[in-house]
Amino acid sequence: MKIAISSMGETLESAVSEKFGRAPYFIIVNTENMEFVSIKNSAESMQGGAGPEAVRQLSAHGVNAVLTGSLGPNAKSAIEAAKIKAVVGLSGTKTVKQAIEEYKTVSK
Amino acid sequence: MKHIVVISGKGGTGKTTITASFCALAEKPVIVDCDVDAADMHLLLHPQIQESNYFSGGKYAVIDQSKCIACGKCREVCRFDAISEDFKSDIFSCEGCELCWRVCPVKAIEMRERISGRWFVSSTKYGPIVHAELGIGEENSGKLVSKIKQMAVDIASKTKANLIIADGPPGTGCPLMASLSGANLAVIVTEPTLSAMHDMKRVAEVASQFNIPSAVIINKWDLNEVNTLEIERLCGELKIAILGRISFNQDASRAVTEGIPLVEYNNDQMKKEICSIWEKTLKFI
Amino acid sequence: MIISIASGKGGTGKTTVAVNIALSLKNVQLIDCDVEEPNDAIFLKPQIEKTESVSLPLPEVDLNKCDYCGICADVCAFKAINVFKPISKEGNVLFLPHLCHNCGACAMYCPKKAISEKQKQIGIIEIGRSGSIEYVCGKLDIGEIKSPQLIREVKKKINKNKTVILDCPPGTSCPMMNAVKGSDFCLLVTEPTPFGLHDLNLAVETVKKMRLKFGVLVNRATDSRIIDDYCEKMNIVLLGSIPFDKEIAKLYSKGDAFLLTKDKYKSFFIELIEKIKVHCAVKL
Repeated sequence: MKIAISSMGETLESAVSEKFGRAPYFIIVNTENMEFVSIKNSAESMQGGAGPEAVRQLSAHGVNAVLTGSLGPNAKSAIEAAKIKAVVGLSGTKTVKQAIEEYKTVSK
Repeated sequence: MKHIVVISGKGGTGKTTITASFCALAEKPVIVDCDVDAADMHLLLHPQIQESNYFSGGKYAVIDQSKCIACGKCREVCRFDAISEDFKSDIFSCEGCELCWRVCPVKAIEMRERISGRWFVSSTKYGPIVHAELGIGEENSGKLVSKIKQMAVDIASKTKANLIIADGPPGTGCPLMASLSGANLAVIVTEPTLSAMHDMKRVAEVASQFNIPSAVIINKWDLNEVNTLEIERLCGELKIAILGRISFNQDASRAVTEGIPLVEYNNDQMKKEICSIWEKTLKFI
Repeated sequence: MIISIASGKGGTGKTTVAVNIALSLKNVQLIDCDVEEPNDAIFLKPQIEKTESVSLPLPEVDLNKCDYCGICADVCAFKAINVFKPISKEGNVLFLPHLCHNCGACAMYCPKKAISEKQKQIGIIEIGRSGSIEYVCGKLDIGEIKSPQLIREVKKKINKNKTVILDCPPGTSCPMMNAVKGSDFCLLVTEPTPFGLHDLNLAVETVKKMRLKFGVLVNRATDSRIIDDYCEKMNIVLLGSIPFDKEIAKLYSKGDAFLLTKDKYKSFFIELIEKIKVHCAVKL
């Protein structure tokens, strides 16, 4: 399963970004083997419609679930349309790695 | 973090003067002036600008007359009457859809960035304020409102502030909806005039579409006591709470002239009325 | 002649002035362009003879024809249409109507002809009369945001054979500009407070930029000279003032046009229009 986490940086040790559409990066992790790729969020500096644009990128990467702080109304509609599962409420004090570990324990 | 927005539907009912008083009474609020069309909060709160940014709200088409072959394709596709018969674009009507630019066979059209305003982060003696200045004759005020609200939320979460107080715009359109989104309470300032009552109903309906609870303040209530009672009855019917009444008082416009919030003007009755309204407001959020 | 009644700040008395001017004139058409909060009817109590629906085209995607190529999303300047195409999974299209400007680009560029445009109502126009006054009013549906588009439709009802009074929305952005656009004269109503002055100045800048002829009317005048001084300094025509009068405020609260009970104002508004006519005759 591929999970995307909104992130401030490009590694698993980076802090989580509480913003989704305007997050600087997304870390996409394969939960089976913990391999990951980081992508620069091209929507970060967009004037409007950042949420749906971010979802489009993740959808193209075949992401199944998203972990983030909060979703705006447009991003929420987009996540639903792209049939991606979303978990919100992540705090920026956590690292990407911690967020995944927690998600794995909870979803077991 | 809680978020109060003060609205009215009809203009001139006393939104800004009441919002400014709330800011003076609240404990360390983050303040936003969402009436970017006619921002007035600064006249009462006297912000010191710390940071100033340009806001770009989309694009507009410009036609290069030396390249234009007057084929008329752009006029055909434009739904905004933004291109004249002699192929000049009208910046006021252009909405920036880029369709003319796409269809032009000789690439005579350029889409230019529209600088439609500026926004500021400032300090006041009551707390930080995010405010904006829409460029003269510019559109996209809804987007600008969303932008400064986002800034206010960022500041509030950084400084661990518990409360955001927003002065909303009049009307029920784009800027109002942008102001309402994400609020926990819409405080509607109305007055006992048929116009204001009519507009109160419309704006309360918009708030309920957003699932935001509303509460009403009746300003200048003694101007027409029959109407005041009617407002209270109507609110009961619509299940909207009443926060209180404020009497008609010439000192209100004197406070504005002096550039201070009503609660800081030397008028005990006015102070008492607003303080009791504020206490009640806090109980709602 | 088309006279628009506007102001930067809300609640300065646009509606009062518009209604009272209409009541003072013969052969007049009053158009309520404040479509977000139309109030003229409260004072005029018109008989509505006709109601028209105003709608705008919104795209509708037929997913049976769509192959998720994403061209519609590329040509949409407002990000209103979004295409999701995951690897080896079924795609989907998300349309966000509040971002759509109804430009038609997506439907025009769809290679599969999967997008058609359907009309969606944004508001209504009421047409009627109150005594000899021809009355037109736009009303934006609750939850709609496209007031400039509705205002443009409302203004297509302008009857050039009459003196047309346009009651405009407050502010200085798109709704106000669409309302005042094309008028022969713009009357800016203000009040003698710092708020009134600040917002008047914004409105003045706007109508100047639009190259309209304009003048100022002070409502709820007190002994403050704040507006007089501003007009003098900026070389702006001050057309008159209506004194602050609690009696007028009370009549207003009941929905009575004060002209009907305060006859002395009839000549005030007739003179006001005469002055405006003189200004319109002068070339800019």
